[in-house]
Amino acid sequence: MSDPTDLTLAEARDALAAGKLSSLELTKAYLAAMERARALNAYIAETPDQALAMARASDARIARGEAGPLEGLPIGVKDLYATKGVHTQACSHILDGFRPTYESTVTAQLWRDGAVMLGKLNMDEFAMGSSNETSYYGPVASPWLPPNWSAAQGRAALAADKRGLLVPGGSSGGSASAVSARLCLAATASDTGGSIRQPAAFTGICGIKPTYGRCSRYGMVAFASSLDQAGPLARDVRDAAIMLRSMAGHDPKDSTCYDAPVPDYEAAIGRSVKGLKIGVPKEYRLDGMNAEIEKLWAQGVEWLRAAGAAIVDISLPNTRHALPAYYIVAPAEASSNLARYDGVRYGLREPAEDIAALYEKTRAAGFGPEVRRRVMIGTYVLSAGYYDAYYVRAQKIRTLIKRDFETVFADGVDAILTPATPSAAFGIGEKGSADPVEMYLNDVFTVTVNMAGLPGLVAPAGLSAEGLPLGLQLIGRPFDEETLFALGAVMEQSAGRMALPQPWWG
Amino acid sequence: MSVDQAIVRRIAQLARIAVSDEEVPHLEGELNAILSFVEELGAVDVTDVEPMTSVIPMKLPMRADVVTDGEIESLVLANAPLTEDDFFLVPKVIE
Repeated sequence: MSDPTDLTLAEARDALAAGKLSSLELTKAYLAAMERARALNAYIAETPDQALAMARASDARIARGEAGPLEGLPIGVKDLYATKGVHTQACSHILDGFRPTYESTVTAQLWRDGAVMLGKLNMDEFAMGSSNETSYYGPVASPWLPPNWSAAQGRAALAADKRGLLVPGGSSGGSASAVSARLCLAATASDTGGSIRQPAAFTGICGIKPTYGRCSRYGMVAFASSLDQAGPLARDVRDAAIMLRSMAGHDPKDSTCYDAPVPDYEAAIGRSVKGLKIGVPKEYRLDGMNAEIEKLWAQGVEWLRAAGAAIVDISLPNTRHALPAYYIVAPAEASSNLARYDGVRYGLREPAEDIAALYEKTRAAGFGPEVRRRVMIGTYVLSAGYYDAYYVRAQKIRTLIKRDFETVFADGVDAILTPATPSAAFGIGEKGSADPVEMYLNDVFTVTVNMAGLPGLVAPAGLSAEGLPLGLQLIGRPFDEETLFALGAVMEQSAGRMALPQPWWG
Repeated sequence: MSVDQAIVRRIAQLARIAVSDEEVPHLEGELNAILSFVEELGAVDVTDVEPMTSVIPMKLPMRADVVTDGEIESLVLANAPLTEDDFFLVPKVIE
């Protein structure tokens, strides 16, 4: 075998089951790849001892015929999942030194099914960002080189401040970069406004935000509880389906977690999409839209039509209100969730004479600028005299957004096809420094899905004229992730397998 | 609606985040940029629309009213920056 890290998760699973490869060999290959790629800054904590011990235990279970669905497969974990005894800070300084004494439900289920943990992945601080530039641990570089850059230029930028290199998207930027650079077979991620789907589009991989409630939020560092949802990033649609099956499922520790059996999502790959009704919403055709994105979207429509799906024009009239309403609801919930960081029970503590000063100094030192901004906006929109004008109004608009989707689903639409992002990946240091709203606009196509609690899948659909990956988004009915996997697989097959970048980084 | 520097200081105090005098004008500009971005929502007709309380309709589960854990002081305190015996330590709050 050439390089075992070239195998997809499904291929590696089959190679392990056939005895062609051991988990220990595979895990060692990943640990070596991670070491060579440290300059990308995708991992902020590596756990090689744990990985090797888990790999040996997996090999023993495979030998005994007791292999789980993910037995021996090395994966990465976003830093917002609580992993017992291991770095868990949501890439914030305020959780300085935090080592959970418990395990998140999602990661516990992955280990139950035999997966091997390689380490913790970089992210925007508390998942607030669209470029992974708000991390306390610094930005992550995408493994995709900027157009016309040589490998030597890329390495020089990595050794300097990374400016000019491409962002992997955010907030799950470390997860996306690691999957795309083959530093893990797949990774956990999370999505509050687009944090799985936008990075998937930027790095040429597949990601799915399942229906709200499909995965337990227990042990995930909370950002906006009514929007947060766990999901995987993986190299292709099949791998994402395999990961989601292990991550999803009922958990009594999260009262919003859905109590119903988890389907075998992988079985939906290859299922016919003939006769499915696919909606194309006119409101996603924005003024001044990037022509390449528009062309890609039309191409996606043709692929699904060729596979036998029926294409219908639909209207989701409240789409344009989703992003502004999100920037009220999400900061409001964040300001409430992040009130727990007080310098008393865990994490950073700045000494002070009295308790109010202890809180204020700790929080000033521990929160980065974007988090502080959102906590303050959230505090404002929840404060006396503004609550009805901002927060209650935004929640009413959320009802309207959800109603738009319910109407088209009631009309027989099975899924909706939209662009994933307004453009291909941009450069590190390029956006949002003067005006925070410039960065927020990245989520214009993804945020509606969180506001309505629906599942959304992004799969790679092609390359821009400059050679950068672009993705398309499929939005489904509540708890109908299977249709998204079936359609995503068709799109992936029509587009042809995305060739991930060859290592130039070291 | 927009905020002025006095409101910025008030919000910071409510959010328990210390801000320096130099930071206030920056924050004022940033918060106003976000508030002007959400301004258009004021024009949406929301007459007779219920505010969303649960994005996916589901019944809140009940469980038996019994103790399910406890006696884990050492775990609860394991990450505390400052403790004494089985307690979190904070500056004196009662004179």
